[in-house]
Amino acid sequence: MGEELKPRDRLKIPPVAMPEQAPAERRGNIREVPLGYAPEMAMREALRCLVCKNAPCIKGCPVEVRIPDFIRLVAEGRFHEAAMAIKGTNCLPAVCGRVCPQEEQCQVVCTVAKSHKDPAKSVQIGKLERFVADWDREQGPPDERKSAAPTGRRVAIVGSGPGGLTAAGDLAMLGHDVTVFEALHRAGGVLVYGIPEFRLPKAIVDSEVDGLKRLGVRFEMNVAIGKSRTIKDLLADGFEAVFVATGAGLPVFKKVPGENLLGVYSANEYLTRANLMDAYGFPERSDTPIMRGRHVVVLGGGNVAMDAARTGLRLGAETSSVVYRRSEVEMPARVEEIHHAKEEGVELLLLQDAIEIVGNEQTWVTGVRCLRMELGEPDQSGRRRPVPVAGSEFVIPADVVVVAIGNGPNPLVPRTTPEIRTNKWGNIVADPATGKTTMRGVWAGGDIVLGAATVILAMGEGRKAAKSIHEFLTTGTW
Amino acid sequence: MAKVLTNRCIAPSVFRMVVVAPDVARYRKAGQFVIVRPAAGRERIPLTIADADADAGTVTLVYQVVGRTTAQMALIEDGGEVADVAGPLGLATHVERVGTVACVGGGIGIAPIHPIAQAMRAAGNRVISILGARTKDLLILEPEMRAASDDVVIVTDDGSHGGRGFVTDALRTLAAGPDRPDLVVAIGPPIMMKMVSRLTKELGIRTLVSLNTIMVDGTGMCGGCRVTVGGQQRFVCVDGPEFDGHEVDFDEMMRRQRMYQAEEKASYEEFLGRHRCRLMEREARRG
Repeated sequence: MGEELKPRDRLKIPPVAMPEQAPAERRGNIREVPLGYAPEMAMREALRCLVCKNAPCIKGCPVEVRIPDFIRLVAEGRFHEAAMAIKGTNCLPAVCGRVCPQEEQCQVVCTVAKSHKDPAKSVQIGKLERFVADWDREQGPPDERKSAAPTGRRVAIVGSGPGGLTAAGDLAMLGHDVTVFEALHRAGGVLVYGIPEFRLPKAIVDSEVDGLKRLGVRFEMNVAIGKSRTIKDLLADGFEAVFVATGAGLPVFKKVPGENLLGVYSANEYLTRANLMDAYGFPERSDTPIMRGRHVVVLGGGNVAMDAARTGLRLGAETSSVVYRRSEVEMPARVEEIHHAKEEGVELLLLQDAIEIVGNEQTWVTGVRCLRMELGEPDQSGRRRPVPVAGSEFVIPADVVVVAIGNGPNPLVPRTTPEIRTNKWGNIVADPATGKTTMRGVWAGGDIVLGAATVILAMGEGRKAAKSIHEFLTTGTW
Repeated sequence: MAKVLTNRCIAPSVFRMVVVAPDVARYRKAGQFVIVRPAAGRERIPLTIADADADAGTVTLVYQVVGRTTAQMALIEDGGEVADVAGPLGLATHVERVGTVACVGGGIGIAPIHPIAQAMRAAGNRVISILGARTKDLLILEPEMRAASDDVVIVTDDGSHGGRGFVTDALRTLAAGPDRPDLVVAIGPPIMMKMVSRLTKELGIRTLVSLNTIMVDGTGMCGGCRVTVGGQQRFVCVDGPEFDGHEVDFDEMMRRQRMYQAEEKASYEEFLGRHRCRLMEREARRG
């Protein structure tokens, strides 16, 4: 048993790698890349945790998962209890274990990593979380969470992404009558339209949504609040509280000439076609087409850019590259995503920036005109500012171009709800402690408030708002 | 799932579907559209709302079979269902009293112009509708449009019904007479809207057009429907579907409509290979 191990022995255990599909193989399918730990692998990895008293990992986690507790339970083979320890604070562990940037949160502060002076050698918290959640979903006892006695108080959640799902779960557990409104035909928000199947299997999201349904949460699909109905309609219909979690779904274009050529996509469209609409399966399984380019060029350097470039490969591209104006170290994408992308053959075209998308006479895209860049002085973000090199123009051939330079806040709710104040970027202004907006009875959280951030931060926002909504419903004070 | 009450062929290749969607029926306004997905695994397509009955909770959609998805819809029998009806989406038509409004509907575009004609007339305008089609059989909703308008002018390309010619000819004649419109609303094939807009620009008559572009979500998230209006990028789904016809870059829009032409053709032919007879049988049962 792990209990007998001394810290010195624990530090000697190398990190347990998670098996993955080989790059050449996975380029040709959309199945998940990492295959998961076997139980004995997870137990061995769990032995590496020192269960240190100050537990910096907990403070590194936006929802403060009791990390050492669950890891100790894994080491003892008590996987269901480990799952319960996580679910006390994180209702979507199978999702977070896959898409959280652990290397910037719980793992970067891990004492084991510090001892080795190597962040890569931290306890593999994310992989363990994923293992526990998957094991419990597939082999654990049925989910027997029960909601508190019904309060009869009605809450509307606008958007079924990670923030909305978290708030819905928390409020349903407290006995409230929760309805989630979703504009698309499938629940999950960015988890189903944006993050590709090979990074987050959609069956996992469906299973989380089913769990919420068992808790009594109702889902109304195909309703775009702010468009089909307004926030005021919801309040007039008897909802006492509304949580707006509509995310950052507004695609940002680069505003360079040629963006309306045929074959140019926003990352949102490219990924939504591939993921939500299953265009991978066109024409046999799905009716939604997507351009299957030979040379896919993605503009941007974040996780979404990596997702788009890797999707291009899976759609059969011979080459798929990412154009980014700074160098690799400044890329906002997770190291793991960049690593996986490179392994699969995605080419990083660094220190260059698109100035025009060029096309042929039939207005199909044929390439991207770029300028070389040099790094100058650091800018406000602390990253060195890219400076164009005069006269360095060149054209990269492309028949599909995906613009992945960011997303703005979804404008549907603010446009039709002047009572809700927004900032100059269009994000909803919400009280950082409670998520309350400037409109009584309306809360907001996640990317619609934070700007494009992460799944786990959105979940934290959902949890915070749920707590404040519960207080409002029980005390009546705003 | 949404229940389909009736789904009938009303003209060659044109069907009218009445579907149960109480919230869409309750909240929709003239000019708005829905996104329909016929069944799981199928495509999402935008369709303008032709009519709705808030009391009955039903929405009427009129669509032309042009590809696989609309053909799938055509095969749905009365009492069947569609997977999703999302909406209402888009901005409603800005309805105000301006005097005389010419509602120009071409082909299948007559369906979406119907609720706009009703709303314009209810706001106190004199509504003159110009309806055009290639031939008599393809001219839809004539009785409904007569009921919604003060006057109706009909033109067909072949002269088989009404005057022979295009809607632009009829509009030019109208503008030269005592009923010169103060506003034109034109809905139909892109080339028709382009030609109407070119004419009204020359005549100095304000013109609204309703665009029907490629869309996925219909809520402003994919940007696939982007068009250039007055030199600015606009999303048809949330900034439209109606725009100032004099400012729309129709040529770019028409090119973008062709993005999936090859895929759509192959997909439709494959479908017809299996379902042509059923589709013909559905078309044969008019009513």
